[in-house]
Amino acid sequence: MMTNTGNRITQGQFSFLPDLTDAQITAQIKYALKNGWAVSVEYTDDPHPRNTYWEMYGNPMFDLKDPAGILMEIDECRKTFPNHYVRVMAFNSARGIESPAMSFIVNRPENEPGFGLTRQEGPGRQVRYTVTSYAAQKPEGERYS
Amino acid sequence: MSESTIDLKAIWNESGVQAVLDKLDAELIGLAPVKKRIREIASLLVVDKVRRDMQLAAGAPSLHMSFTGNPGTGKTTVALRMADLLHRLGYSRTGHLVAVTRDDLVGQYIGHTAPKTKEVLKKAMGGVLFIDEAYYLYKPENERDYGQEAIEILLQVMENNRDDLVVILAGYKDRMETFFRSNPGMSSRIAHHIDFPDYTDGELVSIGELILKDWNYTLAPRAKKVFLSYIEHRRTQPHFANARSIRNALDRARLRQARRLLDEGTAVDKAALETIEAEDILESRVLAGVPAATPPKKERA
Repeated sequence: MMTNTGNRITQGQFSFLPDLTDAQITAQIKYALKNGWAVSVEYTDDPHPRNTYWEMYGNPMFDLKDPAGILMEIDECRKTFPNHYVRVMAFNSARGIESPAMSFIVNRPENEPGFGLTRQEGPGRQVRYTVTSYAAQKPEGERYS
Repeated sequence: MSESTIDLKAIWNESGVQAVLDKLDAELIGLAPVKKRIREIASLLVVDKVRRDMQLAAGAPSLHMSFTGNPGTGKTTVALRMADLLHRLGYSRTGHLVAVTRDDLVGQYIGHTAPKTKEVLKKAMGGVLFIDEAYYLYKPENERDYGQEAIEILLQVMENNRDDLVVILAGYKDRMETFFRSNPGMSSRIAHHIDFPDYTDGELVSIGELILKDWNYTLAPRAKKVFLSYIEHRRTQPHFANARSIRNALDRARLRQARRLLDEGTAVDKAALETIEAEDILESRVLAGVPAATPPKKERA
């Protein structure tokens, strides 16, 4: 998109930064665990910004004490879906909040083709804009192979 | 690095290991060989740490252990202390202990075991995984048993995540030996085999007194003698579980003491409330057939 050179999608935390290293991911997860949030791993190959519900990779992990277990899960997800987007979510289950507290991408496809902008002329001078991912034009599972 | 000397003793003191070992000495009676072995392991870890600081090659020590011994000999308690010890020495990041048995690791149908085992392993990461009665994982009589799958995942993690997790297997000695014989992979990945001896009668009395002190009770002088003979007889009976049996016996003695105090119906003082008398123990079923110690009232406990 306009401000985002290199077509890298920007969703969640840290997405304008270079990819996080494993050590940095570990530090982030440590923070989540310190706050008592349940961490889960999710993946998708539909990069549209409005695609908020990604597929869960395994169950959310409750009652963990150490990030090593989650890193193991992340690595497994990366191995299974090397060309998908993989993100880590931390869910705050405190009553009244009950929503994701953190979300950041830990794996991206090698080649992100980016988005096209379609302008639709409406009645009068109205213009409707649609963002379409070039990758999503292919069927699911073949988008980044 | 310069040719300097390092005060090992200072590092030992600094790590706070001595505090754990002292606590072990104070709170656990007997178990001399176990304590000696733990001290050795602690020393090795301290020296290893120093060697690493001096850039001497020291392969990450394998810390997986196996605790064998009869029931009630303190395996779980020692495992708990071990987690604390490893944490203080920096070999375990969180120092928490996750105690599991076969049920927590092995699933009930195909495809259920791997996620279940992995979930437990993930919970134990950074700490110590204590598998009680580990030999139940392997059931040779049923070739379709899912225990084998759990063992394989366990082995893989024990090897790959050696820095993240310490596994302690526990169980009866003979059955653990069979287990290790049929799983050579497991045996070779466990560096420390520690055997927990049975307690002597005298040690069990001391343990009993320690438990009572915790509960704010004391044994009357005559009760102590009776208790010793109780232990002698209890030992010959089936299902004797060392310290656990003692604990249960004292629990029952406490019940009888309460009933006795109510039956007597007189005013009680603090001393009466906290003293376990000989008859509280004498009434036990264990001593029922003993001529020298027949209870005054023919009641079963």
